[in-house]
Amino acid sequence: MGQYRDIVEHGLWKQNPGTMQLLGLCPTLAVTSTAVNGLSLGLATALVMAASNAAVAPVRRYVPDEIRIPVFILVIAALVTIIDLSMNAFVHPLYVVLGIFIPLIVTNCIVLARVEAFAAKNPITPSALDGLMMGLGLTLVLTLLGAVRELVGKGTVLSGIDLVFGAEAKAWVLQLIPDYPGFLLAILPPGAFIGLGLLIATHNWLEQRRLAKASMQAALPVAQSH
Amino acid sequence: MSRSPYLSSAPSVSVIMLKVLLALLPGIATYVWVYGGGILISLALATLTALLAEAAVLRLRQRPVLPFLMDGSAIVTAWLLALALPPLAPWWLVVVGTLFAIVVAKQLYGGLGYNPFNPAMIGYAALLISFPVLMTQWPSPLELAKVSLSFTDQWHYIFMRSLPLGVPVDAISSATPLDYLKTQLILQQPISDISNTPIFGWLGGRGSELVALAYLLGGIYLLQQRIISWHIPLAFLATLTLLSGTFHLFAPGLYASPQFHLFSGAAMLCAFFIATDPVSGPTTPLAKLVFAAGIGVLTYVIRVFGAYPDGIAFAVILMNMCVPLLDAYTQPRVFGHEK
Repeated sequence: MGQYRDIVEHGLWKQNPGTMQLLGLCPTLAVTSTAVNGLSLGLATALVMAASNAAVAPVRRYVPDEIRIPVFILVIAALVTIIDLSMNAFVHPLYVVLGIFIPLIVTNCIVLARVEAFAAKNPITPSALDGLMMGLGLTLVLTLLGAVRELVGKGTVLSGIDLVFGAEAKAWVLQLIPDYPGFLLAILPPGAFIGLGLLIATHNWLEQRRLAKASMQAALPVAQSH
Repeated sequence: MSRSPYLSSAPSVSVIMLKVLLALLPGIATYVWVYGGGILISLALATLTALLAEAAVLRLRQRPVLPFLMDGSAIVTAWLLALALPPLAPWWLVVVGTLFAIVVAKQLYGGLGYNPFNPAMIGYAALLISFPVLMTQWPSPLELAKVSLSFTDQWHYIFMRSLPLGVPVDAISSATPLDYLKTQLILQQPISDISNTPIFGWLGGRGSELVALAYLLGGIYLLQQRIISWHIPLAFLATLTLLSGTFHLFAPGLYASPQFHLFSGAAMLCAFFIATDPVSGPTTPLAKLVFAAGIGVLTYVIRVFGAYPDGIAFAVILMNMCVPLLDAYTQPRVFGHEK
């Protein structure tokens, strides 16, 4: 069980793709203008990652080393096509908003990175879990970044939720700051870079505090025994 | 009579900043005379915000607060930003711009001496792309305004956005000469007709040209005090003159005169106070010349061919990016070393 716990912890926190590995920056920066966009693309990516890791792990021994990258990409591309067509069919308005970034999940380096670094060396269950957790870690960052940019830029949270749940969901949009003049910079690309930088700083700060606390607790019993 | 050894010591940061502030005073005084006392409110707001923000971030970063506050660099940033903004901008615009300049553009990069971009210009650019309408709403000079606001009226307008009864916004605001020139040229009016309107003076815009002249005066004081070297102001103004002069010479009906470009917008403020920032600017003499010439070219290109009426902020930021490269390629030969 310890192995699975490690996988979860690495995906969501210690090696978070968005704030630690800094992979998959293209969608992180481009589509996170709202929380809904970030969450949707994040979930789509997580689904692709779990499926591609699960698909590559069983065939890992039969793929010749020299051509493994094209094979992996083909598997990923097939899975992304499925997601792309399904989203077009079931959540069409959202599909229109996310546009080219759904097919582009194929070229998202975090997907290939997990296949290459994890699924090509591990059995199927941990591989699938790793893909899912890394994907959810990315989703977390995308959603958070989207929420912050949306709040600062437009003063709302969950705008665009009607694209997922239909027109009646429009009432769920929270206008947190009434009469907000809008801060366009947060919606524009510079806002994404600044927001991501602040998220990375927060992650590092929390991690440092955690380590400092852990080392203090570790030092405490030693000090008492003397 | 001083005693040996005759070593000249470089002035401290606070002395430099104090002299820069002193050099801005004639410009501010003229500003008040032309546009009314509203600018003083902006200046005070920006100064207060800058000092508070600087102190808060320094505390967070666990640096000594008082020595860094006393160096005056935050006040210079605040003043430059306030002078670049439209004088009757709402109070929160000044506060947001100053916060962005001090917290993001200066302190997040490591504070004084480490910021790669001019903080005041980053604050200005952030506001310009976020609030384009407010940022291009300039009040008319008092002598041209249909209704002139008293200091209390300006105070109310800045803090409450309320004007005296029966006064529409149009009565106190007008297009700046650069803005007016651009829109009229699109309508294919010849320059000679455009510059016959009352908002144009004998050099640049009526009223604003006096402010520009006062900045020039302050700039000459800074040169005389050796706070800034001649390279950046001269190269910037010369490039702007040369470019606008060439275009004006060949098509005087389509391109404004060099003196109009020199005395409009923020050109004079940029030449002596903004581009000469010692932190975000280059250090070698040759790099300074190239840097300032680049700002001159970009300013002219943005003003004449771009979408924005004035291009100082973007020109300075773009050239700030080139500074490490310029400095690296223009290192002078060290005595005794081969090239």
